[in-house]
Amino acid sequence: MKTIISLLILASFHHAVLAQHQHEVEPDVVPTAADPHAGHSMPTPAETMATPDVPDPHAGHEMPGMIMQQQMPVANMDAHTDHVMPGTSGMQMSMPEEESPAPPAAFSGPEHAADLIFDSSVMAAAREELRINHGDYNGLFVMADRFEVQHRDRNELLLWDAQGWYGTDENRLWLKTEGEASTGDDELELQALWSHAFHPWFDFQSGLRVDFEDGFERSHLVLGIQGLMPYRFEVDTALFLSDAGELSARIESEYDWWLTQRLILQPRIELNLSAQDIPEQSLGKGLGNMEAGLRLRYQIRREFAPYFGIEYSRKFGATADYTRRAGMKTSDWHAMLGVQAWF
Amino acid sequence: MKDHTHRTARRKLLATGSALGAVSLLSPLLPAWAQNGTAGIPPQLLTLGGDNIQLEIGHSTFSTGGRSGHAVTVNGTLPAPLIRKRVGETMRVSVSNRLTDADTSIHWHGVLLPFQMDGVPGISFPGIKPGETFIYEFPVLHAGTYWYHSHSNLQEAQGHYGPIVFDPEAEDPVAYDREHVIVLSDWSFTHPHTIMEKLKKGEAYFDYQRLSARGMFIDDPEQQMSWQERLMWSRMRMSATDIADVTGATYTYLVNGHGPLENWTALFSPGERVRLRFINASAMTVFNVRIPGLPISIVQADGNPVRPVEVDEFVICVAETYDVIVQPTEDRAFTLVAESSDRSGMARATLAPRMGMEAEIPALRARPLLGLDDMGMNHDMTSDVTSQEDAMSQPGMNQAGMDHAAMGHASMNMSSREMNSMDIGNMKMRDKSLAPADMEVGAGVDMIAMNPMDSAGKRGLGLENVNHRVLVYTDLVALDPNPDPRPPSRSLEIHLTGNMERYMWSFDGRKFSSIVEPIRFTRNERVRVTLVNDTMMQHPIHLHGHFFEVITGNPGFHPRKHTVNVLPGSKISFDLTADAPGDWAFHCHLLFHMHAGMFNVVTVRPLDGAAT
Repeated sequence: MKTIISLLILASFHHAVLAQHQHEVEPDVVPTAADPHAGHSMPTPAETMATPDVPDPHAGHEMPGMIMQQQMPVANMDAHTDHVMPGTSGMQMSMPEEESPAPPAAFSGPEHAADLIFDSSVMAAAREELRINHGDYNGLFVMADRFEVQHRDRNELLLWDAQGWYGTDENRLWLKTEGEASTGDDELELQALWSHAFHPWFDFQSGLRVDFEDGFERSHLVLGIQGLMPYRFEVDTALFLSDAGELSARIESEYDWWLTQRLILQPRIELNLSAQDIPEQSLGKGLGNMEAGLRLRYQIRREFAPYFGIEYSRKFGATADYTRRAGMKTSDWHAMLGVQAWF
Repeated sequence: MKDHTHRTARRKLLATGSALGAVSLLSPLLPAWAQNGTAGIPPQLLTLGGDNIQLEIGHSTFSTGGRSGHAVTVNGTLPAPLIRKRVGETMRVSVSNRLTDADTSIHWHGVLLPFQMDGVPGISFPGIKPGETFIYEFPVLHAGTYWYHSHSNLQEAQGHYGPIVFDPEAEDPVAYDREHVIVLSDWSFTHPHTIMEKLKKGEAYFDYQRLSARGMFIDDPEQQMSWQERLMWSRMRMSATDIADVTGATYTYLVNGHGPLENWTALFSPGERVRLRFINASAMTVFNVRIPGLPISIVQADGNPVRPVEVDEFVICVAETYDVIVQPTEDRAFTLVAESSDRSGMARATLAPRMGMEAEIPALRARPLLGLDDMGMNHDMTSDVTSQEDAMSQPGMNQAGMDHAAMGHASMNMSSREMNSMDIGNMKMRDKSLAPADMEVGAGVDMIAMNPMDSAGKRGLGLENVNHRVLVYTDLVALDPNPDPRPPSRSLEIHLTGNMERYMWSFDGRKFSSIVEPIRFTRNERVRVTLVNDTMMQHPIHLHGHFFEVITGNPGFHPRKHTVNVLPGSKISFDLTADAPGDWAFHCHLLFHMHAGMFNVVTVRPLDGAAT
């Protein structure tokens, strides 16, 4: 259906082009309009054997551009064209539509002309520098997307979610870390990924994740996709396979809603899922938990934006059961204060 | 927003204008022709001429708007000295690199010369190492206004550029009483490498004119877009406000090295025919130039004379030159305004009979929004004849296998906005079947123009609806007949490609760094080259060592240019006679697009003793 609509619209454009092209306004230049005071030494048409354009589009059926006309067959003017076809019409019609390769002589001679004049090893080094300077980007990026203090259950909790990369446009070493620190209850997650741009807006990511939580350590293989969805939703999704064979998944998405040129309201949602019960981590099978937040940040600079916000977190199913057994709340509202920064 | 910016500027001007004026009058950083209050260049004065011109590239401190920063300059001035020679003379220039920490080079932009003198390190020659001197030597073959700049690293963005005037051997086809060189440029106190990093990492980093939620509720002309259209743009993951990548947020726009507050002033006597030689030496800025109250007669484009055409405003894309004649008859000042195409700032100068005079400075106009044309979905049937021709023979259309006769006129009367409200989002913005076989459609290509129309007759971004005469390429008619009357023997299509989000730019989907096949021509063959812009940005495309004839509907008298601006989602064709044997650079002249990979080498073979 989409294709059909596109074709219809395209086709109507095309048709319109054919229908209207003979009514087009001439280029605004009239040969005789030259300023006599301009001091230009103006060749007369007789001298040059060609008139550059038609002063009056309704002048008749003449083909201007005599030089061109003499040298090529006046192509069929198309059934739709019954008026003057000024400009490049004849030439256009005679143009080969398909590209043809360069004639063999174009491939003759030295591969690099300057090698004939300058030392070829010096030129080779200069060529490599030329190549690097025209597209061979290698960058380093570090961003604290969320670095915030949350107020939960009358406790202050430091939370961070940072990532960074080093590499080219196409391939990057991508590091991510998330964690929480509060009195006696710390969590740290590290990911080291190879990230490959396989699509204009998406990267494929794979690598390792290591978790540290209360002396408990677990490693995972990671397969994920990070990028920008239609409507500019940023997404980061990943599958995790732990060294104990447990499979889990995480989906994060956020959206920047520009209220002004510097003030941004950012809804954010995160879902964690598991394929099995993992009692050591108090995680149950299925959808385990959800966080839905709303952060309002102000870009003092593009690279530095303090924010505040609120977040609703909720645990589901078996995960919620674990949480209830531990005597904790399964859903909670909390406020936070933080800063987003990058370089 | 705009008015506010402007008012602030005015206040600053009043506060600091006199002090700055005094400083710039005495500034050692300015060559004589660029000094404030210049009476113009006496016709016989060879600013830098002679048999052996000596240039030294070095570090300098440049000041504008009360701030100072690091610059890379030629002979210590920004812009560099004016080089003036006569056709028939020999250009012999010794260039010494005093930078100590970087190679340098000089490319003679628009000048026909042997390839080894073209000054592109890695193509024409090895470059000039610190402490070294390279001697350029070539005959001056053609008159006109040109310029020179570094082709090394990003030095061009740091002040390494200057004007060239070649006078004709015989009588100049343009009569004038007085002349001024107007070098337009963009200056940032941020190092160009840092700017590149911001472009790679930040989303629309320099765009402070984006569509905002607040804009829905205020009476700001820049924010007039319905929520449906806004949704459509965000669905495409594109920005309708991305007119310029680098904006007035970091740039100060300069006229001959003077910021708008410093008010560079050129003198005239009422009644004189004043020739202004405009050069856009910017790294990234396309300017819209006008002189309110004065009609502008365009007499030369990219160094080549054209039949005088009178306009009220013209677009000068990066690396183009235009010579114009103005004839102020009143004894009053006129403001020369060069707005950045995204209207985030302006370069400003004054034409006045005496120093100290000023005219009203018009406020910046509203930043334009991109539309359907810029997505390569042309709906507008007012473009020129050439585009109509092109559309008929467009291979992409034929491939779609459409029956024209069966199609109605349903969309004909729709305005751009009405079309937008149709579900454009359903159209494929990246239909790989529309890409030629030799194009790589990977992560670096975020769009393929569905129906690119020829933009030679289009006014340019933000000028579609201005209520006065605006120069378009189809207005340009060469004064002299084109030298090569042969029809092209083959055609070549080159796609201008990119990914705005990742800030990747390329030709045919391949960055130059990924090791690409050069564009090969046989010596003296005549080729129709069509540049198809598959992006939503304009690209000034420059070919070294040649002039090409832009197809404008004036066969035999097409304007001969070295740089041509291809509007977003559009295309431009030119005919090229590949008569300069050797290797030549071919690239987008937006410096950061070139640096990101929108670059290739053009080879012309056989050499047949060209390299001697």
